[in-house]
Amino acid sequence: MLTTPSSLDQRFGLSRRVVLPEPLRLDGGALLAPVEIAYETYGTLAADGGNAVLVCHALTGDQHLASAHPRTGKPGWWQRMVGPGKPIDTDRFFVICTNVLGSCMGSTGPASVDPSTGRPYAMAFPVITIRDMVRAQALLLDHLGVARLAAVVGGSMGGMQALSWAATFPERVEKCVVIASTARHSAQNIAFHEVGRQAVMADPNWRGGDYYDSEPPAAGLAVARMAAHITYLSEAGLTEKFGRRLQARAQKSFGFDADFQVESYLRHQGLAFTDRFDANSYLYITRALDYFDLAEEHGGLLANAFRGTATRFCLVSFDTDWLYPTAESRSIVHALMAAGAPASFVELSSPFGHDAFLLDSPELDRVIHGFLSAGR
Amino acid sequence: MSLRPDLAIIAAHLPAGARALDIGCGDGELMAALRDERGADVRGLELDPGNVAAAVGRGLSVIQGDADTDLAGYPDQSFDYAILSQTLQTARAPDRVLDELLRIGRFAFVSFPNFAHWRVRLSLLWGGRMPVTRLLPERWYDTPNIHHLTIDDFRAHLAERGVIVEGAWFLSGDKQTGSAAANFLAEHAIFLLRREQRSLDRG
Repeated sequence: MLTTPSSLDQRFGLSRRVVLPEPLRLDGGALLAPVEIAYETYGTLAADGGNAVLVCHALTGDQHLASAHPRTGKPGWWQRMVGPGKPIDTDRFFVICTNVLGSCMGSTGPASVDPSTGRPYAMAFPVITIRDMVRAQALLLDHLGVARLAAVVGGSMGGMQALSWAATFPERVEKCVVIASTARHSAQNIAFHEVGRQAVMADPNWRGGDYYDSEPPAAGLAVARMAAHITYLSEAGLTEKFGRRLQARAQKSFGFDADFQVESYLRHQGLAFTDRFDANSYLYITRALDYFDLAEEHGGLLANAFRGTATRFCLVSFDTDWLYPTAESRSIVHALMAAGAPASFVELSSPFGHDAFLLDSPELDRVIHGFLSAGR
Repeated sequence: MSLRPDLAIIAAHLPAGARALDIGCGDGELMAALRDERGADVRGLELDPGNVAAAVGRGLSVIQGDADTDLAGYPDQSFDYAILSQTLQTARAPDRVLDELLRIGRFAFVSFPNFAHWRVRLSLLWGGRMPVTRLLPERWYDTPNIHHLTIDDFRAHLAERGVIVEGAWFLSGDKQTGSAAANFLAEHAIFLLRREQRSLDRG
């Protein structure tokens, strides 16, 4: 657990929220207001404001980057990466993590009250994009007095935000770290998300999204999470962890109980997720990911997204990640080379698939620490 | 800082402020020297992830990749200098790698161990065994050096391809040696090349 900065400034610290001073114009055309963003900060903002690092969370992550999660009590999702003396060193950097727009941990999303009706938005919430999330973060940075980021860092969906930051506000980003991510969602990625969304929508409790006064569609959301969770792992990792071992029994039951450990594990993951996540937020955020195509936003050529940039990039992929495989990172690297941008890239070896970036990886620590520490 | 002798020669002859790509950059030793001592804008390509991590840790821009397959992504003439040190003999298609070097860079530095050095010749002539020397330390079955070449082979290849030699340096041990009997006396050669048809002027 990190301590809040000694500063008495109420903008800084854990569990903060702010209503953005202006409405947000969304890629979909809608004007969203009010927009509230929940966030946490760690470390102390330098007098010149030059030491701010924005860390962007993945699909189902949140702003509890390195502090205990209020609902689960578990440590922050990247506690091993962020803190004093850690790769993202809070003795040196002022670290910001926001709950993304559309999510359900305090930022405005489908569960928020629609001021025009006084009821939760539910499916009346406008569809949002990764760039919308980034624009909301930019307004938060204005509020915090951070003109320019020393770095923006993210894995998976966080990596898409980091790329989008570098493409949308190049003058505000000195360094950009993109881990286990992609510049566009592939047909396979969209296909998996569609399975998840259909599972949510097929739950009778979903009721077209209007479930905030009744039972939430937990069964559908749990199935969505189970399917997604498989994509975060690797066959080798699953085999190593579970193999075909049976769960708390000596023999197969010849029924549909969770005979296998892997089934029991997935059911647990699915159920635990429904305790902390809103089903409608899951629909909206997966949609934002599906719409993500950075090249399309820049005339169909990814290199155009980075033309003339002075931002330094560092990309990392994992060899067993089949959700956002190394080839996706390589195509970003090629675009960066074509744009003449300073870029580093490394594929690290791990048995843990896409999830590897959240797990213990000394090589990843070394790359991130080295990249962030090095001067221009 | 004491660079490997071939790297020291490259560092000494790279103009200050040049844009350079170091192919097979290892842990970035040469890149760091070029950046710190020559003010070069230098990028690297390296196969080994541990080496890439080490180079990134030095604040260098290094991309993990293979000289045989990953040079195509670099635009034409995107660097003033492309550097290939001690890597040509490990490439699956060294001729194509050389072409890529001269496409990506206006100039190319290439260094390689000379297989016609007298110690190598003697070893094969008298011992009848594949030579294992200081610069070629691996045995025949586990060597990464799959395309051995000599200084004369290289010169002949350059002539066939119409590549111009801007400079050449030869090393015996850690000392420079003359070019007269280099094919016999030099353990190691460093060439500075450019393509014939291209103008020396930028643009």
